[in-house]
Amino acid sequence: MATPIKLSELSIGANAIVREFPKSGPAFLRLREMGLIAGTPVKLVRCAPLGDPLEIQVRGYHLTLRRSEADHVLVEST
Amino acid sequence: MLAPTATKPVAAKFTAQHPPVYALVGNPNCGKSTLFNALTGLKQKVGNYPGVTVERKMGTTYSQHGQPIQIIDLPGAYSLAARSPDEAVTRDVLLGRRPDTPQPDRIICIVDATNLERNLYLVHQILDLGRPVIVVLNMMDLVAQSRLKIHATRLEHMLGIPVIPCEAVNGKGLIELRLAISRADLPMARHDWDVPALIAPAVADLQASLRENENRPPLIARAEALLLLTDQDSVRVAGSTPLSPRTQEILHGWEQRWAATGTDWAGDLVNSRYEVIGRLCAEVVQRAGATGPSPSDRIDSVVTHPGWGWLVFGSVMTALFLGIFTFAQYPMDWLDVHVSMLADWLRGAMPPGDLRALLTDGVIAGVGRVVVFLPQILVLYFFIGLLESSGYMARAAFIMDRVMSRVGLNGRSFIPLLSSYACAIPGIMATRTIEDRKDRLITILVAPLMSCSARLPVYLLMIAALFPSGRVPVLTKVGLMMGMYALGTAAAFGFAWLFKRTLLQGETPVMIMELPPYRWPSLKGLALQMIERAGLFLRRAGTIILGVSIVLWFLTAYPKMPAGTPPVEQVAHSFAGRLGHTLEPVLRPLGFDWRIGVAIVSSFVAREVFVSATGVVFGGVTDTKGNILPLRDALQHATWPDGRALFTPLVCLNLMIYYVLAMQCLSTTAVVRRETNSWGWAIFQQVYLSVTAWVVACAVYQIGRALGF
Repeated sequence: MATPIKLSELSIGANAIVREFPKSGPAFLRLREMGLIAGTPVKLVRCAPLGDPLEIQVRGYHLTLRRSEADHVLVEST
Repeated sequence: MLAPTATKPVAAKFTAQHPPVYALVGNPNCGKSTLFNALTGLKQKVGNYPGVTVERKMGTTYSQHGQPIQIIDLPGAYSLAARSPDEAVTRDVLLGRRPDTPQPDRIICIVDATNLERNLYLVHQILDLGRPVIVVLNMMDLVAQSRLKIHATRLEHMLGIPVIPCEAVNGKGLIELRLAISRADLPMARHDWDVPALIAPAVADLQASLRENENRPPLIARAEALLLLTDQDSVRVAGSTPLSPRTQEILHGWEQRWAATGTDWAGDLVNSRYEVIGRLCAEVVQRAGATGPSPSDRIDSVVTHPGWGWLVFGSVMTALFLGIFTFAQYPMDWLDVHVSMLADWLRGAMPPGDLRALLTDGVIAGVGRVVVFLPQILVLYFFIGLLESSGYMARAAFIMDRVMSRVGLNGRSFIPLLSSYACAIPGIMATRTIEDRKDRLITILVAPLMSCSARLPVYLLMIAALFPSGRVPVLTKVGLMMGMYALGTAAAFGFAWLFKRTLLQGETPVMIMELPPYRWPSLKGLALQMIERAGLFLRRAGTIILGVSIVLWFLTAYPKMPAGTPPVEQVAHSFAGRLGHTLEPVLRPLGFDWRIGVAIVSSFVAREVFVSATGVVFGGVTDTKGNILPLRDALQHATWPDGRALFTPLVCLNLMIYYVLAMQCLSTTAVVRRETNSWGWAIFQQVYLSVTAWVVACAVYQIGRALGF
């Protein structure tokens, strides 16, 4: 089993599965409500032309989040 | 654990005398507005929820028997645990927390069928409410394209409520929806999900308290109890009834207990909802093999490409900017000409006197000042509507987010600020796309610093006055203009940064935003939105602009001097002239005399008035041969009483700087009042910009003088 890495460290186009998620913080609760929960497959689609924010694909739709949030989401690359 | 199916369907309650009130609820970008427009057509009432800057849309549709049915179009929401004022209003109306809005009897949930899993999250929360629900599966036309298959009837069986496949854009499914909303009896959903065991006792506790202290019906109380547990930091808005102290106490008690044991109660609740949704989707959604890149993905690989992306972005922004700046110019000029033709006609048709002056110089000029903004507003809303409904708006925010984050805003503030280069009024109206209340307020506060087109005449006059020969070196002219635009932009970003750190401190801004698939915009929807915006502007801001225009006309025209008095004397004698005199001690440190004061006071209504006002107070100078000098040269002859020249290069430059920073536009103030729903912010903006303009202009003049200019 691969060691978890940060969502922001995934390479462009890579698929992964969400492992760990911060418990508190309104931003993280919203990310969960948007369907990003432990066990969900995600794909890092691209970063914005200036490097931030990131675009991910989750549950069949596209979502953006900043690196500052993505740094706290641990994933396991698949 | 709790089976809402046990409750009796609320059947015979609705009669011809009391038709049910429906709420239309859904995620952003799911086609909710299109469906609402299709159902209600022009039978809509648009207003604001009292105390909040969230739009309230109500409409009337008709049942199959021709009975009117009221529909409340609630703002788009991803969850009832609100993260924006829009979502807070949706939550509060559904829970019956807003005394100003009827609590809906029934709910129409519209979902994007291509994105069923996430859309069902909100539906799942809404089913908790124990009201009859109709699910509308919108965008069925795109389902096939996305290589999906949705078994609507299977979902209907699993949920036990009507599920209606629909294509709101072309009206497919509307008949079926109308039949469903006409039904006297709607079944309750089969909605038995297991609240995590650890959390169940807290839900029971809170439910009991909400029934007892807030008088909620049992199912609403349970739904609210569940919501309170994922709602800790959520947004509160004015106009909603607060919780009783007892309920709050119970809530905090449980939160503390769980925090001590390290329980992730909110996360567990979200997870268990998604578990239920996962089971539903496993039965209902079929994916046809591996999905390659969708058309949207292919467009995005260009549109958000590090190289091509900028080209597309630049072209779109140029089109937007040119649209407001130049295309709107033709109808504006046309309106301008016709408004003054109307005034001239009236001048010819009426005997001279106070009434004629009031009508021509006060009322007609004021109306002209209002309608002249309409072309810009229509053009801007055409573009904004196009960008939003096609999906590009989200991409523009995605591209610009990094830049805007430097001053603590997010990408959504970019387009309003860019539009403000043409005119702050459409710019401020465009801030509605910013979800965060504080970010929106900051954007509104700094928008007037972007040099708008009304400042151009002032800049041009002052640049001309700087070079008495009349031959202005092109590069110098361009350089000066660029300097003014740069100063305004820098000030806007500076103040945004300052406000974000002081007055309107917010949590670290986030950029959790959906990038919806690209879609063809509906022209009907665009047209409806443009008409609606223009109407709102005329009703809300137009009346204020007209009123103040008349007051300002009165101040420059009264008290009257005997007929035949030269205009300069008349102005000097008027209330505005006296105000100019009174202000002189304040203006002297800036190098301005009372006559410039008069021009500043009268251009309070709109910046470009400065030019005509200067014409009145400084114009009419003749050369040795008796020819009237152009205004530019006349300004060179203006002196202080001791004979020193008034319009030195330093003063000309200083006037330009003053006009970059000062808030000399009552139309903007009227729009800010309307968009923030408070005179407080409008006045604050007026004050902070005026003070800044004075301080900077004073510093420039004093330092310039000290350096010998």
